[in-house]
Amino acid sequence: MIYLDNSATTKPHKDVLTTFIQVNEMYYANPSSIHQAGVEANILLTRARTQIADILHTEAKDVIFTAGGTESNNFAIFGIAKVNTHKGKHVLTTEIEHPSVLESVKRLAEEGYEVEYLTVDEAGIISLEELRSKVRKDTILVSIMHVNNEMGAIQPIAEAGAIIHQQSRAAFHVDAVQSFGKLPVRFTGEAGPDIISISGHKIHALKGSGVIAFRKHTKIASHLVGGGQEFGLRSGTVAVPQAVALAKAARLAVQIMPAAIQNYKKWSAELYAFLEQFGTDIHVLSTEKSAPHILSFSVRGLKGEILINALQKRDIIVSTSSACSSKQTKTSHVVEALNLDNAFKKGVLRMSFGAYTTDEDIAAFKKAFTTVMKELKGELIG
Amino acid sequence: MIFKEILIRYGELSTKGRNKKDFINRLRENVRYSFNDIAPIKIRAERDRMFITIENEEKFAVLMNRLPEVFGIQSFSPVASCSKDLDDMKALAIKIMEQYRDQGELTFKVEVRRTDKTFPLDSHELQRAMGGAVLPQFQNLSVQVRKPDVTLRIEVREDAVYMMAQVVQGAGGMPVGSNGKSLLMLSGGIDSPVAGYLMMKRGVRLDAIHFFSPPYTSDNALQKVKDLANELTKFGANIRLHIIPFTELQVAVKENVPENMTMTSTRRMMMKVADKVREEIGALGIVTGESLGQVASQTLESLTAINDVSSTPILRPLIAADKLDIIKIAEQIGTYETSIQPYEDCCTIFTPASPKTKPKLEKVQRYESFTEFDELIERAVRNREVHILPQKEATVDKFTDLL
Repeated sequence: MIYLDNSATTKPHKDVLTTFIQVNEMYYANPSSIHQAGVEANILLTRARTQIADILHTEAKDVIFTAGGTESNNFAIFGIAKVNTHKGKHVLTTEIEHPSVLESVKRLAEEGYEVEYLTVDEAGIISLEELRSKVRKDTILVSIMHVNNEMGAIQPIAEAGAIIHQQSRAAFHVDAVQSFGKLPVRFTGEAGPDIISISGHKIHALKGSGVIAFRKHTKIASHLVGGGQEFGLRSGTVAVPQAVALAKAARLAVQIMPAAIQNYKKWSAELYAFLEQFGTDIHVLSTEKSAPHILSFSVRGLKGEILINALQKRDIIVSTSSACSSKQTKTSHVVEALNLDNAFKKGVLRMSFGAYTTDEDIAAFKKAFTTVMKELKGELIG
Repeated sequence: MIFKEILIRYGELSTKGRNKKDFINRLRENVRYSFNDIAPIKIRAERDRMFITIENEEKFAVLMNRLPEVFGIQSFSPVASCSKDLDDMKALAIKIMEQYRDQGELTFKVEVRRTDKTFPLDSHELQRAMGGAVLPQFQNLSVQVRKPDVTLRIEVREDAVYMMAQVVQGAGGMPVGSNGKSLLMLSGGIDSPVAGYLMMKRGVRLDAIHFFSPPYTSDNALQKVKDLANELTKFGANIRLHIIPFTELQVAVKENVPENMTMTSTRRMMMKVADKVREEIGALGIVTGESLGQVASQTLESLTAINDVSSTPILRPLIAADKLDIIKIAEQIGTYETSIQPYEDCCTIFTPASPKTKPKLEKVQRYESFTEFDELIERAVRNREVHILPQKEATVDKFTDLL
């Protein structure tokens, strides 16, 4: 199987799995327990927390383990909204966020918050001008994703942060699920984000693990209540093996990042050139400025699902625009936001690379895709 | 890298007359100690200030980050330098002021010192030239000579021009080691590390002593104390930690002294042990975290009974401090989180239900007189374990592979 759907999820890294199993076997005690085994589990957990904090350039006490990206995003949005109502009720996000953000702010809107959405251009990027005009004194939260999951657009986070912090007291949340481990993600200076969401299974760790991290002094409402674990912000026995595996995966991801980025760039360049041969039948959604590990394109008049099935017969796994929305029949909100020609709206394919992707995979894709296009052309285009 | 050196202003040293040189040498050594991990660093000490050469961005970041923790420093400033060309100077001045651009309305002034008398402009002219170059570039700045928010200091020296604007507050106090050595009784609670910190701030070098009662107290409790002592070492000196095997003595007290007096008696034993250790290591005082009225052992009557065993100065920096204020300092210096870990220590095991808050000295003495405690005390002192913190060699870490 040639797996080119790493933005949906990744194969757990061998070493990460080894860690996961060993921690389960040796440090399974409850980290809140006072006995020696509990203390050791807690030390290990703290080490994992510190390792992630170091990578993000924040403090260990500002790193909270969650069950993944969706929980982290929910946590950030509801948690910030709840503690800041006295400052205002204005929330700002973009129209191309992940559903875990969009559905959260929708619920806030139902509860009486005022939610506004930033538009994006054809490259999927917000306008700083629009941001500047929409951030207000009573804005309490701005949530902007770092890298878009469907077409890879990278948002100008630093510039946005500067505007947000200059014009408001709003907390700036960045959904870094698709960028962490692929691009530098960290809390930088006063202009940086206040909250970052990370998911483990996008970086070759396990599903069901994630992190929400803060820059110090960010106030947030607790997410789960009970025993007061995770600094009282997320009660429940901490999943130490998942957390440690995530810390290891994060270290490995950051370690191989420079080399990986070179590969991703090489492959996207190669594929851009390859797709150009098909002329006006193909429209590439990603741009040169997009994240290099995601390449989205659309085939004129062909439904995405048909292409996926045809490629799958040749053992190539790619995705429609996003795994989360691929079972819906309507066009994805991201594709809608890009203002695409109708003929291209239904045929979006997303290829995404990961640590296990090889040159051979790319070559195999090219070969299979050429055949598929020959077969399908004429029969289905209409 | 526009910054060339960090200028350090001394703390409370101006009043120290002939001893000043010792203080400065001590501070220089402590600074070296604090930055052992980025050694070598170049330090030049003068009568009124000290200079650390900045070699690269990384070292600069570490220095700026950790200098505020070193006692004996009043304040410090990163200093930039350039050639004596007027255009260069103007450009540098603007670059330095850049950090104040987004900080709202600020008043500022330029202060010039000109030790190179051959420089064509005199101080006054130079002041005006530089102010005139900076002001139009910053809409948020206005000149005020008397009490400006920011002062841009410019020094024209023989070799180059030096400029600074930022003044970072230092930890104050006196360099650790400039006021002799004392022994800190470190329990693992919130108070004793704070007491140690305050004494270090007054220039006192510390050894620490801890009473360990296995199997009643656990290795976790011991680790906690090591962690606390380790935390204190970041304020400019290493610390020797003396771990006293205390079980035998503690059990002997429990068995031979009436229950409501065991607390007082145990404290007296601790003080005797501590005083012996103090003598052996050549320390001059004993530091405790006692605060008046906090617990039964900290009433004036109790303190009298405990004090009775030694004529050594017992230093109690927290004696008049409120608990909340102590907690505030503990949080500030980073010991609080460690202190509140819930492990039994030698003071919490065998606690009598109703300890005497006003023990009579004569009675305690009488009850103790039936037992031969001295030999037990000798043995406890002799069998102590000494750890030097921070630990030089990292212990083998079984978690590294997992992470």
